[in-house]
Amino acid sequence: MRKLTSRIMSGPYIIWMIIFTVIPLGLIVYNGFTNSAGNFTLDNVAAIADPVNAKPLLLSFEMSLIVTGVCLILAFPLALILSKYSKNKNSFIVMIFILPMWMNFMLRTLAWRLILLNNGFLNQWLTTIGLDPIYLMNTKTAIVLGTAYDYFPFMVLPIYNAISKIDKDVICAAQDLGATGMRIITKIIMPLSLPGVISGITMVLVPSMSEFVIADMLGGGKVYLIGNVIEQSFNSGYADVHMGSGLSLSLMVFIIISMIIYRIFDKGEEADGVW
Amino acid sequence: MVNKVKHFFEKFYLVLIIIILYMPIAVLIVSSFNASEKNKAKWGGFSIAAYGKLFKDELIMDALYTTLLLAGGAAIIATVLGTLVCIGMIGMKKKMRSVIMGVTNVPLLNADIVTGIALMLLFTRFTELSFTTMLISHITLIIPYVVLSVQPKVLQMNMSTYEAALDLGASPAYAVCKVIIPEIMPGILSGFLLAFTMSLDDFSVTYFTKAPGIHTMSTMINAEYRKGIQTEIYALSTIVFLIVLIVLFIINRRSAAADRKEAAVQ
Amino acid sequence: MAKKLIDLVGITKSYGDKVILDDMNLFMNENKFLTLLGPSGCGKTTTLRIIGGFETPDKGKVIFDGKDITNMPPNKRPLNTVFQKYALFTHMNIAENIAFGLKIKNKSKAYIDDKIKYALKLVNLDGYEKRMPDSLSGGQQQRIAIARAIVNEPQVLLLDEPLGALDLKMRQDMQYELIRLKNELGITFIYVTHDQEEALTMSDTIVVMNQGYIQQIGTPEDIYNEPQNAFVADFIGESNIISGTMIQDKVVDILGTRFECVDVGFGCNKPVDVVIRPEDIVLTEPEKGIIKGRVTSAIFKGVHYEMEVEACGFEWLIHSTIMKEPGKEVGLYVDPFNIQIMNKPESEDEKAMVEE
Repeated sequence: MRKLTSRIMSGPYIIWMIIFTVIPLGLIVYNGFTNSAGNFTLDNVAAIADPVNAKPLLLSFEMSLIVTGVCLILAFPLALILSKYSKNKNSFIVMIFILPMWMNFMLRTLAWRLILLNNGFLNQWLTTIGLDPIYLMNTKTAIVLGTAYDYFPFMVLPIYNAISKIDKDVICAAQDLGATGMRIITKIIMPLSLPGVISGITMVLVPSMSEFVIADMLGGGKVYLIGNVIEQSFNSGYADVHMGSGLSLSLMVFIIISMIIYRIFDKGEEADGVW
Repeated sequence: MVNKVKHFFEKFYLVLIIIILYMPIAVLIVSSFNASEKNKAKWGGFSIAAYGKLFKDELIMDALYTTLLLAGGAAIIATVLGTLVCIGMIGMKKKMRSVIMGVTNVPLLNADIVTGIALMLLFTRFTELSFTTMLISHITLIIPYVVLSVQPKVLQMNMSTYEAALDLGASPAYAVCKVIIPEIMPGILSGFLLAFTMSLDDFSVTYFTKAPGIHTMSTMINAEYRKGIQTEIYALSTIVFLIVLIVLFIINRRSAAADRKEAAVQ
Repeated sequence: MAKKLIDLVGITKSYGDKVILDDMNLFMNENKFLTLLGPSGCGKTTTLRIIGGFETPDKGKVIFDGKDITNMPPNKRPLNTVFQKYALFTHMNIAENIAFGLKIKNKSKAYIDDKIKYALKLVNLDGYEKRMPDSLSGGQQQRIAIARAIVNEPQVLLLDEPLGALDLKMRQDMQYELIRLKNELGITFIYVTHDQEEALTMSDTIVVMNQGYIQQIGTPEDIYNEPQNAFVADFIGESNIISGTMIQDKVVDILGTRFECVDVGFGCNKPVDVVIRPEDIVLTEPEKGIIKGRVTSAIFKGVHYEMEVEACGFEWLIHSTIMKEPGKEVGLYVDPFNIQIMNKPESEDEKAMVEE
């Protein structure tokens, strides 16, 4: 294709991305390293070490790790079974597992609120069968449950895609050479589906790390995550754009690290995940 | 025997996950028909009153309208921009291409809250928040999904067909319209759909870039879920779920048919 | 006599309502190179996969060395497979690939190292232990796939179109390599291909299949020289297949002319198919042949000329080292020994089965 045509076609996109992705990030960097007087400072970035901010960050990190772990443990066997029962990603059975993802995120979280409220569905069921009610609302467990539910499909799909892409003959070859069930899974399927696992982990870890609205709805403001801290610094009476930007930068460091890991494993994989 | 046990466990696991996945949705649907306003977990009789009120509720209807307008507009613009750049990338050097793909990954991998804040900083500095800023934010958020859906189809494409079109006398623009676009159409469609749903689903970016007084479904629910219109929102969930069910079913049937066709060709 | 090693008894397999194999019976002898040959969809790969244990037949039994192994999983079977697209484990290096089966059998490290060295030497890839499969050419990957299979000392090696993805030159080299390997290892090879030349070059026995039925079993010479029906004749090499009538023993009427032949026992005035290989037709002076004709085309093919001769209303395909120019009158002579008579398919069904 001629250079000119190529430039005309990609021009609008490149300009768009510069104005609305690169420059805004630049603004965060600028705000993060300046104070309200416009002078250079490291205070906002250093603020992450302040226990007031460090605690929520560590808590976020801990919770997102738990969420990612829960998703991975549940999703891998599911992806494995799905790949066995379905001929392709458009098959009916795969669709059943993707469908809840298309419900509005806020509605899904609201549903968990209904379930976990102290006089909600869960305790209604528990008392019906004669068990003691458990009060999960406004706890970390509630947030983990809601977050894991929200991001579960993002773990299933990449792993499912990676497993489906494994040549059936490779599995046959392993069987032919004497391998049985568990060994085929650990020695062949797991290593070969690693790119999918990595991309699933990234797709769950990053958003659950920066989550604030689930913590708000299921944590009742009692569990304070780094997302909540950042949100507050922009949207409350004590708004401090510079502090918020500095904290966002710290959060991005984590994200950049996962991005690098992602790029290493992603060698040009197709990203048609959701379809 | 061993196989039977294994099959049982596999089926059991599938059913278990399905129950977990659909239980919250079922809870929403049941709640929408529960006449009791105070505690949805206690059955207070069957009622469809919420469905009647839903369509009269201006707040919900406005939010619904804004959401659809925003998602539709953003998805169309994102699809056009994203498709163009994918085609444009064919003629680029590898280095330039990987720079573009790298930038594309930023909104995708960045935390939505950071994307939202970054855009808010830009808008508040140079203009004020409005429907337009929401639209721009949504386009920025969903564009990567278009690029990532279309790009593989462009890479898979047989470039000789484009060259053949030129050889037969087509202008580059004509060849793009008549040869390349039809070939990558499945990618464009799935990119559009993905972009549309990502926009529908967004909360964080909208939350930071929305103008006061304008709500999308997500921000409206976030602002109102503790208040009196709960049951209407549950009624809305039932309707949303039904629409999702129908739309996905249709798409699934179509893609399954396409798959069969592909398989038959092979 | 050679020992019967594998016996397929009444194997039937269908996918949905498509019958792939219909009541197939076949036995395979020890230490032979047996080839399943046929067009795609003839059931040859399914047969191989049933022997390998990757498919279970709907009906019938697989007997291995006297034991019924029909329901034995592939990992328990004393045979190994070389897959069409190699199926190497891309996340393991060459040595790990080869060691895979041995590690499962808990062999000692020294034994495994020894075996890897031996196998790599056998396939002429010494020193490739640390390489990754992706860095090898198709031919090399195929050799590794073979090495990975043979270190397990299988009694039978199953090969599913192993040369299909290679280019012509590589394919020819690998054919000699496979024959050498088979002789050095002294085990049974069961080979699946759609390439008749490959089959003729390497096999001790060829099984020609079409649409789930065995068409003919024989040595390469048998299959080539005495095809039992029009399908085999057409599929193996080029041939002139003409409808004729068997007048009596040793006399056949082809296109109105009586030819001498050597076949007996077809009855009198029975319609038959006649096969004459293009290289078996001798071009003579017009009056010296059995029939007269006119050359319509002549193409140089390297080792011979390929000519078409119009005679008695039939376009004869002829291979000869002597060129006759198009337009020239020639005589056609065929040695009675080179005329192959075959029964015509009796029913429509049988015809379908033969014609594809």
